[in-house]
Amino acid sequence: MMAEPQGRSGDGGDAIVEVDGLSKTFGQLKAVDDVSFEIRRGEVFGFLGPNGAGKSTTINILTTMMRPSSGNATVCGFDVRSHATDVRRNVGVVPQEYTADEDMTGYQNILLCADLYGLPRSDSKPHAEELLKLVELQDAANRKVKTFSGGMRRRLELACGLVNYPKLLFLDEPTLGLDVQTRAAVWKYIRMLKEQFKMTLFLTTHYLEEADSLCDRIAIIDHGRIVKIGSPEQLKATVGGDIIVVGVREAEPDISLDISKLELVKDVKKKGAEYRVKAEMGEEASPQIMDLVRSKGLHVTKISLTKPTLDEAYLELTGRNLREEESNRMAMFSQRITMNRARS
Amino acid sequence: MVEEFKAAAVEEAQLKPPQGAATPAALRTAPRANTGPLHGLWALTQRDLRKWYGNPIQLFISLIQPVIWLGVFGKALNFGSFIAQSGAPTSVTNSIMIATFGTTSYFSYLACGQLAFVVLFTSAFSGMSVVFDRRFGFMNKALSTPVGRGTIVLGKIFQSVGRSVVQAAMVLVIAVALGMDVGSFSVLGVAEAFGVVFLMATGLSALYVMLALRSSDWQTQMALINLLNLPLLFASNALLPAKLMPTWLQWVVKFNPVSYSTDAIRQLLIGAVGTNALVVDFGVVLGFAALLTVSGIVLSWRLLSK
Repeated sequence: MMAEPQGRSGDGGDAIVEVDGLSKTFGQLKAVDDVSFEIRRGEVFGFLGPNGAGKSTTINILTTMMRPSSGNATVCGFDVRSHATDVRRNVGVVPQEYTADEDMTGYQNILLCADLYGLPRSDSKPHAEELLKLVELQDAANRKVKTFSGGMRRRLELACGLVNYPKLLFLDEPTLGLDVQTRAAVWKYIRMLKEQFKMTLFLTTHYLEEADSLCDRIAIIDHGRIVKIGSPEQLKATVGGDIIVVGVREAEPDISLDISKLELVKDVKKKGAEYRVKAEMGEEASPQIMDLVRSKGLHVTKISLTKPTLDEAYLELTGRNLREEESNRMAMFSQRITMNRARS
Repeated sequence: MVEEFKAAAVEEAQLKPPQGAATPAALRTAPRANTGPLHGLWALTQRDLRKWYGNPIQLFISLIQPVIWLGVFGKALNFGSFIAQSGAPTSVTNSIMIATFGTTSYFSYLACGQLAFVVLFTSAFSGMSVVFDRRFGFMNKALSTPVGRGTIVLGKIFQSVGRSVVQAAMVLVIAVALGMDVGSFSVLGVAEAFGVVFLMATGLSALYVMLALRSSDWQTQMALINLLNLPLLFASNALLPAKLMPTWLQWVVKFNPVSYSTDAIRQLLIGAVGTNALVVDFGVVLGFAALLTVSGIVLSWRLLSK
């Protein structure tokens, strides 16, 4: 019953996901706006962006849960529109919310998933035990899911996502609202799937550290558009130097121009009484800046030097700070709901 | 936040390699999957049925209402003795009863209507189960697998039909225990009556599943159930014959499939004089079930994905 893969990116190709000009509109809102990228076989590819940037919508389209408004996408060589069932058969999905049936045991949940993939019980029974062992739930296998903690549920979701032996696994915000231990465990599983099982992983996150530490390549997505794609190192390099933030007691006069004339300084931005200076060799540039500020008769109130991080890259590329947005009320609210569900 | 991530990284470094790593072959070779058009149907149906038979209290409570209807309403509304009050001889009473209800015992008449009642109220909650699956995320899980969208709908219909048939059987047993006339019972008659129950449950469940396909709001579902179920019950012959109703209401009864199933069940179980020929009743109920099931499957292709 398996249809032949469509297009040139069959099983031999390098790209396992190809997305070309994908858009999705809900009424007036363009949730995903002309997005194009590809995911290479065996890599961990991350979508990084604030809540509402279009990350989940993209995952929903690629896993055929939603139809795109325009554009094309092939997953594992199958078109998401015309060969949706083939896509579903070949990929694993770990959605953002908890989807397990609470009245059933962990083991029964995995068997049910296997049944939905049409896998024979003779195979799915030993496989379910292996998967439970993989996510270290073998001791809780015969307990009802309603007695599971949030972390255990997350791990069970991961096991369910692996039930059909996928080559490509989608993880939508895999560590949202998890405690430190469970987050560490999920990272460990993700690395293991990549390294030992040569699996390709696509994950979305709004945690910079997570993207930095797990992903081979990251796409920064903002307002439905991809701002930049590259490895964490490449993204950090776009910052183009160390960042020195100098606080000056007097907001006026503006000495940006004078600072920018310093030899090591590449760029200066003034925000209130703060100067954000981009410079080569920040260790040498910062004392020079301090001297300059003092020579103008002004007072330095604080100074900080940062080596470029993904944080800086994100700020550079989107003009906004992901961390500040994390604390906006909607984000807090949706996170709290997930966390409540994780706990209850 | 940053501290938390550092802690997570430290934590991760300390973790043992997972035991499952010893059997990596587990994830490499996929067995041949059976993905026929109806695969997963039994798994989905069984999942919902397990919630029901795993919870005997729910089963018990669902039987209380029909028992109250039969025991209180059915016994209190003893039309036969109303007529006998006027001093009419038994033969006159019986002929009036047969002319009105098609049988001499109103209790037996109502008992057959109660089978339809049970089917109506059990089926109504099939939509609720769709809403809860959306709420608790299971619907998303099912939709991300290659299981047919129509199979999801069929699973919801069949689990509800299973409940309806079993509960109708229990109501019948209770009705007999409370004095339903069993003089006309035959194996074939009972079997055919349950065929009607099956078809009616299929059609009604399909209707409610269809109404819930896009919804994740259980309040709307509750409102819909109240909006539809009471007219379907009262504007039918389940409790009283249509001929006692005003003409306009008789027309509503004529278009209500519940009337046809009840009419058939009465003819099959208590040998009542029917309003329609048995074949007509069967045809209407079968058509109703088929039409709504097919519509449900067709709609699922469109409505279950966004």
